[in-house]
Amino acid sequence: MTGQFEQLLASKEVVVVCGPGGVGKTTVAAAAGLMAARHVGGRVLVLTVDPARRLGTALGLEQLGNEAVQIDPDLLSGVQTAARGELWVAQLDTKASWDDLVTRHAPDEHTKEAILANSLYENVTGKFVQSHDYIAMERLHELHSSGEFDLIVVDTPPSRNAVDFLDAPDKMADFFSSRLLRWLTVPYRSRLFTAASRPFYNVADRVLGQKFLRDVADFFLLFQTMYPGFVERATEVQRTLADRRTSFVVVSTLETASVNECEAFIESLEQRNLSLGAVVLNRTLPPLFASKSAATAARKLARQAPEAANAAALAAPSRLVEAVLGEVSASYLDFAVVAAREKELRAGVAARAPIVHQVPLLADDLVDLAGLAGVVDFLR
Amino acid sequence: MSLLDRRLLFVTGKGGVGKTSMAAGLALLASTQGKRTLLCEVDAKGDVAAAFESSALAFVPREIHPNLHAMAMSTEESLKEYIRLHLRLPLVTRVGPLARSLDFVASAAPGVREILVVGKLAHEVREENYDLVVVDAPATGHVLSQLGSPTAIHDLVRVGLVREQTTWMIDILSDAAVTGTVIVTVPEEMPVTETIDLSARLGSETNVDLAAVVMNRVLPELFGGSEEAVFEQLRHKPAQEALRRVAGPAVTRVFEGADLAVRLRRSRTAHISRLRSALDPKTPMYYIPELFTRAQGIRATRMLADALGDEL
Repeated sequence: MTGQFEQLLASKEVVVVCGPGGVGKTTVAAAAGLMAARHVGGRVLVLTVDPARRLGTALGLEQLGNEAVQIDPDLLSGVQTAARGELWVAQLDTKASWDDLVTRHAPDEHTKEAILANSLYENVTGKFVQSHDYIAMERLHELHSSGEFDLIVVDTPPSRNAVDFLDAPDKMADFFSSRLLRWLTVPYRSRLFTAASRPFYNVADRVLGQKFLRDVADFFLLFQTMYPGFVERATEVQRTLADRRTSFVVVSTLETASVNECEAFIESLEQRNLSLGAVVLNRTLPPLFASKSAATAARKLARQAPEAANAAALAAPSRLVEAVLGEVSASYLDFAVVAAREKELRAGVAARAPIVHQVPLLADDLVDLAGLAGVVDFLR
Repeated sequence: MSLLDRRLLFVTGKGGVGKTSMAAGLALLASTQGKRTLLCEVDAKGDVAAAFESSALAFVPREIHPNLHAMAMSTEESLKEYIRLHLRLPLVTRVGPLARSLDFVASAAPGVREILVVGKLAHEVREENYDLVVVDAPATGHVLSQLGSPTAIHDLVRVGLVREQTTWMIDILSDAAVTGTVIVTVPEEMPVTETIDLSARLGSETNVDLAAVVMNRVLPELFGGSEEAVFEQLRHKPAQEALRRVAGPAVTRVFEGADLAVRLRRSRTAHISRLRSALDPKTPMYYIPELFTRAQGIRATRMLADALGDEL
């Protein structure tokens, strides 16, 4: 197993870190970036979505926008070894990325201004379900095709479902080419009102009001001018994801709901012929809780507490020592129950993934690069 | 006022904190107290059905446990129901395709999808079909646009039925005696930071009251008073050697495990205090212990309901 994750980082140009919410995707993405920059070399970019603040500060992310910023090489190098490469970080700014996109694809200055000024634009790009997912993939494509980086590690946004963002480029293209959308904008494009569609508009008007419907239609009419460029772009983004040089790293914890989602995600990757590089199981209990002899020892400590307390020969009253021994034993056995559950879930995941790494539960928060380097050690 | 005396509770929180389990636990607790309860899963992933080991849920509520009814939200179905209830349509108009097209508009027009969700839930409250409606709401960011949707629509849509409907929805949502949010979190850095942000934004971006914060997965305090000093002494070499002779060489690992538990508890306690001091002192915080169990499904849900019952 040693070296496999490093090999993955050395051989790919894009690594997409994904998985259910709250499992530590950002941490794993940052650790993978650090690992590549330190041990593999080249220009490495970590594109993050919503970094934990202290981790962000540790990476120098304090006031970062869409532009990539380089981590201080002195901070990057380990105590003993100089880093082989450079580490850059960028944070996804959804609003700015959408504005960029409009600027690039609008047919003329007038349309661009009209879109950017439309009252619905901000709402739609900010709240439309797939908009974050899409823009993250779009930005990834943009950075990758710029050729500025040897490796890009991207941390995916929290979606309702981990697989949502895989479909985002397609859904975006579908959305703009949709028959329904054309239908919706018909009365505002021409006077040709068919008898068949009239009930729809009558009801829609009564429910939402004509003014609102017209605002919506105006917006999509403007947006449709960008359609050809947009769809082409979505196809390219999709191609980047499917490329041989791209790999997916799925992060999960060993909890039932997370593992279910993780396995469903692995299946979606298979169905789409996308490459699963590795699974990282984060915050697992350390192996010491899975030891049979330790469980036996814990039971003995509780059962033979008076004898054990006596043997320990502390100055403290033996009743107190016995109580502590009982609590130490009970705590171990509590965690052992969870470790047993984790073991079973891990076996299920291992049967489906080529490489499985584990990062154990850490008692302290990650606050700096040294802490992150600790995570790197578990991935090597 | 007790949490369960409200009529509509939105349970939210960051992914992975146990939001769905907590919503299931709250609903189960209410139903065992004799309240006719509706539990609604908004992002229909099937986790609510898993919590009760029941078959898949549908838009039409089904009694999955005595007094406890459960449904899965669907904006299309919600729209159909709405159209049936509020519009006198000519008989020739089929509601299905109409609702599908409008559902499409809804996914493009900001706030419409959200209001269909909130509207359905508020409707159940207004009609007094249930004593309590518990919502397994979307995770942190999305819940704000959901709870804020009646106000947003009220501002965006100048005329039309939807606008008329927003008035009573806003009344229900903004009445703290009726509606509240429950944020579920765990004592770790990111979830606590997000909870602090969310509680502030709930106040500034919506008019829904923060009813409670539930701190899930709290580790028990291992040692009280002078016990910790004894634990430290037991970890010294002479004591360890003596204990190994009694219980076997693996004793070392048992103590390493206890040490990890103590350190985890310490860093988690710091996050709990950080949250407590950042929240309005009037906001109740409930503590649910880490359940060291192999149980899943209804057994685990029952344990959570019991733990909640002890706290409320």
